[in-house]
Amino acid sequence: MSRIAIPRRTFMATGTAALVTAGSSLISPVRAQGLAATTTMRGGSNNYRPGAPIVERIGGGGFMMSGTVRRAGDGAPLAGIRIQIWAHTTEGRERDTRSHGATLTNADGVFQLEMPQIVPTFGQPHGHLAYDSGDFETVFLRPVMASARETSLSAHFVLQPA
Amino acid sequence: MAVLRAILIWSSIVGVIGTSLIVAAGSEYLAYRSPVYVGAGFAGVVGLALLLMQPLLVARLLPGVPMQAGRRIHRWTGVALVLAIAVHVVGLWITSPPDMVDALTFTAPTAFSSFGVVAMWALMAAALLAGLRQKLHLRPQVWRLGHTMAASIVVVGSVVHAILIEGTMGTVSKTLMCAVAIGTWAMAVGRLKPWAGARRGRR
Repeated sequence: MSRIAIPRRTFMATGTAALVTAGSSLISPVRAQGLAATTTMRGGSNNYRPGAPIVERIGGGGFMMSGTVRRAGDGAPLAGIRIQIWAHTTEGRERDTRSHGATLTNADGVFQLEMPQIVPTFGQPHGHLAYDSGDFETVFLRPVMASARETSLSAHFVLQPA
Repeated sequence: MAVLRAILIWSSIVGVIGTSLIVAAGSEYLAYRSPVYVGAGFAGVVGLALLLMQPLLVARLLPGVPMQAGRRIHRWTGVALVLAIAVHVVGLWITSPPDMVDALTFTAPTAFSSFGVVAMWALMAAALLAGLRQKLHLRPQVWRLGHTMAASIVVVGSVVHAILIEGTMGTVSKTLMCAVAIGTWAMAVGRLKPWAGARRGRR
């Protein structure tokens, strides 16, 4: 009869390691997370004006804001989702009512809204986008342009059902 | 020779500050800003200009300005610097309250906000040390080290703040102004050696 000698110290160390690993869910069953929801960006909601009207374009246009909206988990495109957009532009400040407008996503979950050229404000050329309609959790985005010369900007939403 | 040196130093200082102000005044972004926002922005540029003068004044690095006069002007320039930053912060607050609240609470998305706010508090500390010098009864060496350390945070914080901002200042003139600010600060600290006194005092 053969005996496998396991020193007590090894046994204790291995056992503890196994417990810690299992306990910390490092080896827990894989949970089907799928596509993670977008989180609100810092400063994203600054100068938000709830309920801006859906418009053909904001002001005179010339700058294209676009993006997509998908559902968290399965990543299905969401149609008819209202996205509000605002920024400091050549035609108005972030706070001004005329700088705000909203649009709806199409069947592919894509939205685009023409707006005046964004100019840097508070040290960065950036835009603001909001989803705040209630069916999904509210998300505020604040994308930054790679350069102030750009004439388009995009931002993508992955929404968590509320 | 001394006259030539004086002309060279004064003209480069006036040149660097003047160019920065002229370039900022010609920025295309100004057309899209409210008067308060424009004023707040310029208060920041003026603050940077005053900041680069401070070490020159206190360390007798300006030709034609004797030590005593330099120190006296240094105090008034300091008061002007505090006022400039007050106008800068209040003006930006009026322009966009949520953005300024984010900056002051260190929750802004932009890193330069934090550098600016740290520099602002360090400026308040340096100014308070200066204003309460008689009442504090600190040993001169301790006071000098404290004021220099606070001022150093102001210089480094302000320079990083300014460099990271995409605003009305021109990139070249802004970089030049920041380089001069760092340079004058290093020269003044190197000449005054505030640490030497503190060590001597402890012995």
